Amino acid sequence: MNKRLFVKGNDALAMGAIEAGCRYYFGYPITPQSEIPEYMSRELPRIGGEFIQAESEIASINMLLGASACGVRAMTSSSSPGISLKQEGISYMAGSELPGLIVNICRSGPGLGGIDASQADYFQAVKGGGHGGYHIIVLAPHSVQEMYDLTMLAFDLSDLYRIPAMILGDSVVGQMKEALVPHSYRNPGLPSKNWAVSGKGGRKEQSIIKSLYLGDGELEAHNLKLHERYRILKEKEVRYEGVELEDARLIVTAFGSAARISKTAVRMAREVGMQVGLLRPITLYPFPEQAFRKATETCGRVLCVELNAGQMVEDVRLSVHRDAEVFLYGRPPGAGSQPTPEEIFEQIKKYYEAIS
Amino acid sequence: MTTVLKPAFQRPVSLKDVQTHFCPGCHHGTIHRLVAEAIDHFDIQERTIGVASVGCSVFLYGYFDVDVVEAPHGRAPAVATGVKRVLKDRMVFTYQGDGDLAAIGTSEIIHAANRGEGITVIFVNNTTYGMTGGQMAPTTLPEQVTTTSPYGRNVGSEGYPIRMAELLSILEGVTFSARVAVDSPRHVLEAGKTIRKAFQCQVEGAGFAFVEVLSACPTNWGMNSLKANERVGREMIPYFPLGVFRDHTAKAGKKPQGESKLSHLGKKS
Repeated sequence: MNKRLFVKGNDALAMGAIEAGCRYYFGYPITPQSEIPEYMSRELPRIGGEFIQAESEIASINMLLGASACGVRAMTSSSSPGISLKQEGISYMAGSELPGLIVNICRSGPGLGGIDASQADYFQAVKGGGHGGYHIIVLAPHSVQEMYDLTMLAFDLSDLYRIPAMILGDSVVGQMKEALVPHSYRNPGLPSKNWAVSGKGGRKEQSIIKSLYLGDGELEAHNLKLHERYRILKEKEVRYEGVELEDARLIVTAFGSAARISKTAVRMAREVGMQVGLLRPITLYPFPEQAFRKATETCGRVLCVELNAGQMVEDVRLSVHRDAEVFLYGRPPGAGSQPTPEEIFEQIKKYYEAIS
Repeated sequence: MTTVLKPAFQRPVSLKDVQTHFCPGCHHGTIHRLVAEAIDHFDIQERTIGVASVGCSVFLYGYFDVDVVEAPHGRAPAVATGVKRVLKDRMVFTYQGDGDLAAIGTSEIIHAANRGEGITVIFVNNTTYGMTGGQMAPTTLPEQVTTTSPYGRNVGSEGYPIRMAELLSILEGVTFSARVAVDSPRHVLEAGKTIRKAFQCQVEGAGFAFVEVLSACPTNWGMNSLKANERVGREMIPYFPLGVFRDHTAKAGKKPQGESKLSHLGKKS
């Protein structure tokens, strides 16, 4: 199992899902994530699973809802416009307390946009993309290895909290090939899904999966219960990577593929003796608020690098110490607009040199 | 020797002993009963999962004593697909109104039918959106006045009522498609038999079964119960003829049914 493989990010994600016990996939073709349904359509029938190429994104998210209601691990994957179509179903899953994995290998937008790497779906992912005021768990891999590892984690967190989980990637992490060391999945001792439907089969009480609450005070109580779970998520499940934060006088922050490029830029800065660190959110929801707060108690400057015109920067500004300054280097997506490490290094120099 | 007298009429076991929220003269109660009788007949209450839709029939779980998943508007056949693909040996049915199935959910019903999903679909056609207050439905009859067709449905701009039972009957994936009504004792008996057949189709693993039930909505039609009931025969049946439009149950035979993998589930008392 510990062999080193040379695979694409999308394939690594599909491998991680199967290793984590996912046997049901529902999806609709869209670039740049098509390797995922292709992998699943090949592998799932061999291991007793089910693959359905649905008639639409809407149908596939609702098939996921149905499968998840039965208590099994199931998933769908798509890209930005397709994820917009899924928002109705995601809201129903959130309201019905159903786990399940939704993968968004983002395209650039708005509208049909393009297929280039983009992080423009950040708001949609972390603020609750559908109606009704909810959140889902959002994880942002920045390597092929993380496409594998975080997919397993997404299933675990989703099952534990009964909240849908999303992997938010883009064509860089989805399409690039690099080394992957697959490892066996280990169940962290998750509770049994005794809420699932199965046919009453001897049970006295029905299992009912629903999001409609019409009784006096019922819906408010339901919402407060969900929001208490979001609070616990923030308390217990935040994940981030910190690189050389201890002595940093400027912190670069970025997630996913932008973090990958920023890492190189930070290394370039260190090589010339600049005290620059990197704070990379791995969980975009729950957002690492405390990590930003703590890091900016001693470091007063944060540079946020994003492949959009500025979205995560808002959460960074809400999280940092009140005296910290937050700068944005936002590159709206499109062909040829991926920043180079050198371009980010120029930005680092600009804000670093301004420190008196 | 004592003679044990069997009650001639009793509530189906699968139907809860509760009052429904349906309006006086509404046919949902009758149709609920017929579905419950079919579930009792095959003794499948313990392994049945209902999929509720959006509209007057959303409270399915309040009336049927079976496990229920609530689907977004129109998506019940996709949700049922997900359930059935996981729980292959369970009985899965959807219960949908005309706005749900023939407008917003047209794509889901056609493709679930075309895949030949082994589910049973009960489609209640009352020519209007009941829950939202009587708007024009895809099944609203020509010239019929509704709150959003106040001058009567104009087929020139609003199109014609869709005959779903016939439409689905041409799909190769469909095993059984029929239309019934519940406006007279004779029709109720026939409807009961047809719904039973649609469940038998699933019990035997024969494939996708669809039953359209013509139904009255006195409140939104602005009629008393009697007049509404009469309208079903006078206006609806001439446009939506009763009958079986496809029956491949004999040649469909038994499809292989896999075992459900439920070892991951904990027991619930």
